[in-house]
Amino acid sequence: MQNTVRQAIESGVPDPFPYMHPLMRRNYGQWDWHERPRPGVLHHVSVQGDEIWTVRAGTQRQMDTDTIRKLCHIADEYGDGYVRFTIRSNIEFMLGDGDRVAALIEKLGEEGFPVGGTGNSMSMIAHTQGFLHCDIPATDASGVAKSMMDALHEEFIHEQMPNRVRLSTSCCQINCGGQADISINIQHTKPPKINHDMVANICERPSVVARCPVAAIRPALVNGRPSLEVDEKKCICCGACYPPCPPMQINDPEHSKLAIWVGGKNSNARSKPSMQKLVAAGLPNNPPRWPEATAVVKNILQCYKDDAMEWERLGEWIDRIGWERFFAMTDLPFTRFHIDNWSGARYTLNHSTHIRF
Amino acid sequence: MKKKHDTPNLDQLESGPWPSFVTGFKRLAEKNEMMSDLLGQLEYSYANKKGYWKGGTVSVMGYGGGVIPRFSEVADKFPASKEFHTLRIMPPPGMHYDTDILRKFCDVWDEHGSGLLALHGQSGDMMFQGCTSEKVQDAFDAINELGFDMGGAGPSVRTSMSCVGAARCEHSCFNEAVAHRTVMNSFTDDLHRPALPYKFKFKFSGCPNDCMNSVQRSDMAVIGTWRDEIQVKPQEVKAFVEKKGRQYVIDNVITRCPTRCMTLKDDDSIDIDNRNCVRCMHCINVMTKALSPGKDRGVTILVGGKRTLKIGDLFGTVIVPFKKLQSAEDYESLVELAETIIDFWAENGLEHERCGEMIERIGLANFLEGVGLDVEPAMVAQPRSNSFVRMDTWEEEADKWRERHAEKEGVM
Ligand code: HEM
Ligand code: HEM
Ligand code: SF4
Ligand code: SF4
Ligand code: SF4
Ligand code: SF4
Repeated sequence: MQNTVRQAIESGVPDPFPYMHPLMRRNYGQWDWHERPRPGVLHHVSVQGDEIWTVRAGTQRQMDTDTIRKLCHIADEYGDGYVRFTIRSNIEFMLGDGDRVAALIEKLGEEGFPVGGTGNSMSMIAHTQGFLHCDIPATDASGVAKSMMDALHEEFIHEQMPNRVRLSTSCCQINCGGQADISINIQHTKPPKINHDMVANICERPSVVARCPVAAIRPALVNGRPSLEVDEKKCICCGACYPPCPPMQINDPEHSKLAIWVGGKNSNARSKPSMQKLVAAGLPNNPPRWPEATAVVKNILQCYKDDAMEWERLGEWIDRIGWERFFAMTDLPFTRFHIDNWSGARYTLNHSTHIRF
Repeated sequence: MKKKHDTPNLDQLESGPWPSFVTGFKRLAEKNEMMSDLLGQLEYSYANKKGYWKGGTVSVMGYGGGVIPRFSEVADKFPASKEFHTLRIMPPPGMHYDTDILRKFCDVWDEHGSGLLALHGQSGDMMFQGCTSEKVQDAFDAINELGFDMGGAGPSVRTSMSCVGAARCEHSCFNEAVAHRTVMNSFTDDLHRPALPYKFKFKFSGCPNDCMNSVQRSDMAVIGTWRDEIQVKPQEVKAFVEKKGRQYVIDNVITRCPTRCMTLKDDDSIDIDNRNCVRCMHCINVMTKALSPGKDRGVTILVGGKRTLKIGDLFGTVIVPFKKLQSAEDYESLVELAETIIDFWAENGLEHERCGEMIERIGLANFLEGVGLDVEPAMVAQPRSNSFVRMDTWEEEADKWRERHAEKEGVM
């Protein structure tokens, strides 16, 4: 049999216009204003007076083809045959006829896709791969997202928060999940255990030595064979050495914990973008439902909901009320670990007498 | 097909109001061995709190990246998911689809892969998850025939993202989709054949709300903005004040402006001191019908955003305060700027050093000089506050500023 190999067509990023709802194509760059008739629904009006309704629904992100076909069926029967996805894996159905919105919502409800995630709601958690597909995870991603979205479902389908709330999770300290109002991330607490047999066979020692942010890794001879050693006093347990060097066994069922960070914001609205800050750590990595971490997140969200002003993002709320009050309200312990000691740490300390009593 | 593995942990993730990925996996497991064993391995991970994948090398003809290879470390227990690779495929900007193309993807994936698709990865790709080494080429060929191409992985230009923008958002200040495609499709070689110090990500957000998280998650963030005055519809302002009440407008719009540049007048109109507006979007977000970005629109460009590894989280830094994006030349110069930055970084970046880390190491001023951009006050939050710097060439540098200013004012 002749074996001809097909050359790839290097087409790059495809043209979106053929896949766009015709009303979006026609009014591209011509939208004038929008409103949200109810949570999960956007109504946009263009300068020409054209109108489009969008219904946003949550998905599991990791979908089997039957689920995608079901969504296609819903889009054809109840919508106009066009969908798009948001950065947080929500699906959006676009409709030219506002009268059909109700039936679409009802159908999505029947099929188990929650409608919401718009405006001042809590949208789907940005998450990553975890046990399912990553080569370095200390926990799962889809399972954490599913558990938390179950627990916080009401906040997805309602718009009851002071402003929008974005969550993310990351299953290692690399943090693919990214900055968010609340971020649930793995935090290792013990240095890597080196599997010396593996090192001798496969490792590129210079690249792993270079990877360590605190220069804690040294080449060493172990049992007469080239290997590595970790200065455990220096090691900050970041796990950066593990991706380039699998023998650096950082993941530990017990000592890889979950930490919670708050106040990340990338929108420029009102305040400048901000990084998330550590508020809680030492939470057990407890599949399949991670109840301890979920409880902390729920508590923080409740305090924010009760106390923040309209339009205040979580980090802006804390800027106003102060960290003293934040820790008091949430009943979370403040520890020496909350005080930054990395480069730039000085700028995170209080250099004033601005203190709330 | 008979159920092969008990999954007591995963079973608990089938209840509750949020759609369950486990239920979908189980449907696939009834049809194919690979997903059946994959479920087994995932359950094993849940039970032991450990991951069992290792990387490797798998690629398609002609490309170096785009496939995320996964080989199981517990293949003896779960042989059918021994190889479970992912193909990263670039979606259209804005992630628009018609149902026809989605169904075609499903057909391809049922035929060549596991039937598991993630829409979308944090990298911005469609992720076709679960393919054997043998099938990777066939799967890619079929997807490629549909007009879709491989995304980035490894030390390369990575898949980009842009917001829905002009397609359905009145805040949009430039043509995100065209900018996204024009830039990305100038770097297909760097995308498909990893040869850079590390990853390089572009992201495009139509306005300063930055729905794509570009400032913290991309090496080059292109964010829409405007230079002239906020557009005000006086009738709509009045209607808004009437509907919401003065106190609401004062508490939620006027006093929330970061530069205090708005006032509510006695006749319920608003006055904006546009010179001091920092284009934060807040008032426009609240009064979407009454206010919109100005007409003289363009983009602000920031470079160097990234997450923690290795020197700590970095925001992007402004390197181009304003740039028009309208004519073909505007787009060309955007691509040229991107090329210059990538070339400079490819030459000066250390191995595994992101662009932002390099800038941190060499200093922004040196970076700007390297890529041929002039310094401007909009690039800093404040001038330096420590005196430990050598300034022998002060007069020369000051002259550069004076010359640029004279040019701007048309004196020269
Ligand atoms: C209809 C078009 C949209 C409008 C009018 C809009 C409006 C806004 C506004 C007003 C903010 C800033 C919130 C604040 O800090 O006060 C924001 C932030 C954000 N939007 Fe949108 N948005 C739109 C579409 C989207 C879409 C489709 C997504 C993707 C799911 C999205 C994702 C985000 C995210 C992630 C943020 C948070 C940025 C941060 O962390 O600070 N937006 N958007
Ligand atoms: C061996 C090492 C790494 C692996 C296997 C890996 C894997 C991944 C995967 C699978 C995703 C997509 C996640 C998803 O949405 O499912 C991702 C995204 C991401 N990764 Fe990594 N990653 C690695 C190293 C890093 C490092 C070192 C950094 C940061 C310095 C990083 C930062 C990110 C970020 C920020 C994203 C989100 C993508 C975006 O917003 O553009 N990753 N990575
Ligand atoms: S956060 Fe870490 S473990 Fe999770 S997918 Fe990203 S690289 Fe993998
Ligand atoms: S875990 Fe981090 S600090 Fe510790 S040795 Fe590895 S790279 Fe260095
Ligand atoms: S970034 Fe701005 S233009 Fe783009 S979708 Fe968000 S609000 Fe609209
Ligand atoms: S966009 Fe922001 S800075 Fe400008 S007037 Fe409105 S609130 Fe003030």
